[in-house]
Amino acid sequence: MLKRPNTLKNSEQELRIFRVRALLAVLVVLTLASLLMGRLVYLQIVQHDMYSTRSENNRVRVEPLPPNRGLIYDRNGVLLAENRPTYNLTLVRERVDNLDETLALLVELLELPEEEIEAFNVRSRQRQRPFQPALLTSDLSEDQIARLAVNRHRLPGVEIEAQPLRFYPDAEIMAHALGYVGRINAEELEELDAGRYAGTHFIGKTGIERFYEEELHGQAGLRKVETNARGRVLRELDRTDPVPGENLTLTLDKSLQMLAYELLDDRRGSIVAIVPETGEILAMVSTPGFDSNQFVTGIDVASYRGLQEDLDLPLFNRAIRGHYPPGSTIKPFLALAGLVEGVITPDSTINDPGYYQLPNDSRRYRNWLRWGHGRVDMERSLAVSNNTYYYTLAHDLGIDNLHDRMSNFGFGQRVAHDVQGESNALMPSRDWKRGRFNQPWYPGETLSVGIGQGYWQVTPLQLASATATLANRGHWVKPRLARQIGDTPVPQDLPDTLDDIQLANDNWWDRVFSGMEKVISGSEGTARRTGVGLEYRMGGKSGTAQVFSLGQDQRYNADELAERLRDHALFMAFAPLDDPQIAVSVIVENAGGGSTHAAHLARAMTDAWLLKDDAPDAEEVREVLEEDNANVEGN
Amino acid sequence: MPWQYITRSMRGYPVRPPESGIARRKSIWERIHLDPWLLGLLLLLMSSGLIVLYSASGQSMDAVIAQSVRFCIALVGMVIIAQFSPSTFLRFAPLAYGVGVAMLIAVDVVGDVGMGAKRWLVIPGVIRFQPSEMMKLAAPLMVAAYLNRCELPPRLRDILVCGVIIGLPVVLTAIQPDLGTSLLVASAALIVVLLAGLSWRLIGFIAALGAAGVPVLWMNMHNYQRQRVLTFLNPESDPLGSGWNIIQSTTAIGSGGLWGKGWLQGTQSQLEFLPERHTDFIIAVLGEEFGLVGMLALLFLYLLIVSRGLWMASTAQDTFGRLVAGSIILTFFIYVFVNMGMVSGILPVVGVPLPLVSFGGTSSVTLLAGFGILMSIHAHRRLLSR
Repeated sequence: MLKRPNTLKNSEQELRIFRVRALLAVLVVLTLASLLMGRLVYLQIVQHDMYSTRSENNRVRVEPLPPNRGLIYDRNGVLLAENRPTYNLTLVRERVDNLDETLALLVELLELPEEEIEAFNVRSRQRQRPFQPALLTSDLSEDQIARLAVNRHRLPGVEIEAQPLRFYPDAEIMAHALGYVGRINAEELEELDAGRYAGTHFIGKTGIERFYEEELHGQAGLRKVETNARGRVLRELDRTDPVPGENLTLTLDKSLQMLAYELLDDRRGSIVAIVPETGEILAMVSTPGFDSNQFVTGIDVASYRGLQEDLDLPLFNRAIRGHYPPGSTIKPFLALAGLVEGVITPDSTINDPGYYQLPNDSRRYRNWLRWGHGRVDMERSLAVSNNTYYYTLAHDLGIDNLHDRMSNFGFGQRVAHDVQGESNALMPSRDWKRGRFNQPWYPGETLSVGIGQGYWQVTPLQLASATATLANRGHWVKPRLARQIGDTPVPQDLPDTLDDIQLANDNWWDRVFSGMEKVISGSEGTARRTGVGLEYRMGGKSGTAQVFSLGQDQRYNADELAERLRDHALFMAFAPLDDPQIAVSVIVENAGGGSTHAAHLARAMTDAWLLKDDAPDAEEVREVLEEDNANVEGN
Repeated sequence: MPWQYITRSMRGYPVRPPESGIARRKSIWERIHLDPWLLGLLLLLMSSGLIVLYSASGQSMDAVIAQSVRFCIALVGMVIIAQFSPSTFLRFAPLAYGVGVAMLIAVDVVGDVGMGAKRWLVIPGVIRFQPSEMMKLAAPLMVAAYLNRCELPPRLRDILVCGVIIGLPVVLTAIQPDLGTSLLVASAALIVVLLAGLSWRLIGFIAALGAAGVPVLWMNMHNYQRQRVLTFLNPESDPLGSGWNIIQSTTAIGSGGLWGKGWLQGTQSQLEFLPERHTDFIIAVLGEEFGLVGMLALLFLYLLIVSRGLWMASTAQDTFGRLVAGSIILTFFIYVFVNMGMVSGILPVVGVPLPLVSFGGTSSVTLLAGFGILMSIHAHRRLLSR
């Protein structure tokens, strides 16, 4: 221990030092106290008004009230897209004491995958406003909610938020037609009206959900609430209710859509059905389908990769983006073009030796029947799908006329009113070829186009739409998916419709129809097996599209290779002939066995629409198909 | 007459009106070694604090009761400490200092982490203890005890020794990291050296050294500490992060105006916009609800306590007593200034509670223990004849 020294002799001096220092301390204390007083006077007197206003604004916070997304119904009022109540977990960064610890705890409690946390980190950086909750994970299970409730005191800033989540009851069947909603991403966020989308986590990504996003979404409401800094709402001061999104009634018929899906039977393909008079799309199916509900909450990486790497391309909407050589299905349109341009009349004939030769060219463009069909007029050319007739016709039309007439049917352009992501496909022309290959157009290429091969590519929707126009006797009606938005019907006359197609003699339509009827019902018809037992008059046209050779680096096993090298089967049809109520296009990839496969499916569709409950179901059609295939193989 | 008291006391004489006589009987206060003026002022301060606390805690009677209990315990501690004679503190200063340093090392090695910093020493089930808090008293006591042996003003060698005595706990606290407390420990101990008569030239030199040390300090700061400094320089830069506290507290104080919004009527305070409103930022509640009048009243109360304390320090009879008493009371004022300066936005947020008003037991105990020492020094004067 320290020994106390004798300091008496210094005490006077030490006291004097202390006295001076203490006086200085008093001065310092007084100075600092004055400084504080000055600051307080400044804050509480000089700046009082400013802080008063700020404090007034402070306790009132505006909270968005997201609107309910509009529901989607089919034409008969069957629910196709609904909002299911779910519970989301949100997190307000500002209120979380330690973000890393909180996230770690949540991962442990809820067994969240790492991706959710990564996705959250991205999302929380792109929030619109400070103190805005960022979505951590959606669709909590009851078990997870219970676990959160127990640990709530350890999780400040973490909130469970009830939110309706989009749900598609028939996801696989409807996925391509309806599209789906997903979480708003960074790019979308930049373009969105922040006020309208306040509190909204989801946005239409594809299909109808995307096209009618504005109508479906509605308008966010808001409420002014008195809150504390912990975010707890103490009371509501003012409220503007959100305007819910409009309900959509589609032109789709769910039962027909489902039939089309079942008819395609897990093959790759597409069926589109349209009401010719109104342009209403009854069915628009692309197979394989996928579960669009997975995309709503965010699909996990493995599943997404699975879908993407699937050779059958389930995410690919064949109905509007699939490019197929139309093959012989376009022969009725070419015949019409010939009639319009005066190149043929219904009665003009050619003699088919089994091939066609361009003048001054030794190359023979062959008919599918080696020895030829002999004398062929327009109706017979359709019924037997004679190539020589159309080589002649195409050559006589020339590519320019051919291109213009076919464009008038909607080929090479987007045709529908409200189909998101529709492709133009390709209607070749001189200009196109020069632009694409910097090459002139060769006469031989016109002949290929004349039988729906070569550069020509169509989408199933284009083919159905052109068929509907044909069934309408040239009257153009824009295909559409929406029938009614809220209580407002979609108007019949939509802008940007193509010109109607005029024939010199209106009877000529009947002659073309007659040729198309003979395809199904005629003794020579290429799809005559399809016409067995037909209860109404139906017109159609078959087609096969050759599959191009595989790329060098693509390897499949032998069975796969054989399967994927088979021709695509196409069919277009409408019925009844005298009062068309449905136009259909069917494409079955690599179906082989000629065009009959697609023809059966087309008839199943028209049967279902015209005969309703008396129509055979998908199972029965499948049996017919098998029987048919057996016959073909037996031949 | 009062002036005579001051001059006499400054010469080291007992403050005793001459007419009272040497043989005067000791008063009850002298017998229990307490200073009635200081005690009265402290009780007044604590009562005011409880009134503000009731509002700041969201009208929680539980908080008020809990705080009252802590005050009672701290007051009992103060009374007990006041019974020891200053020589006891002198003797035990090195021991307390040594134990404190040992515990600080222990905290750095095995301490309990809270809020990203190791501050607590836990004997499970027994006590959670913050050794740095104890150092606020032990460090100045040790320096005073050392200087008490030296001739004053201290020579360079003594100052260097003092530097080591101060530096050890300050560095140990700073690396916890608890910059606020380490600065308070440093200032409490440095005040002793200043009061002992550190030469002005050296003060200037150290100040320059300190200024040069700022970049070094910056380099060694944790991110959250740097953020606090940056936010202090420009709170608007981060209105929802670190700047939030300051913006909210100045808004609370400013919106109070001259007379305030009335007790329990502060929207900032009652709606929990104000962070840490019952601890470090409690003064903002007072400012909002009682206005400038309330703030000045509280400040005046603090100044009265400081005056009384300085008075007691200057009447102390020996160097050790003077230095310790001066350090304790000036440190008390530093707490007040730093806290009020921080909440009103003229100092960075360093996490210093408002003495005897902020909710919290540790700081109350330390502060009242300090006042206990102060009273002991004052009440144990030997009555010397003239």
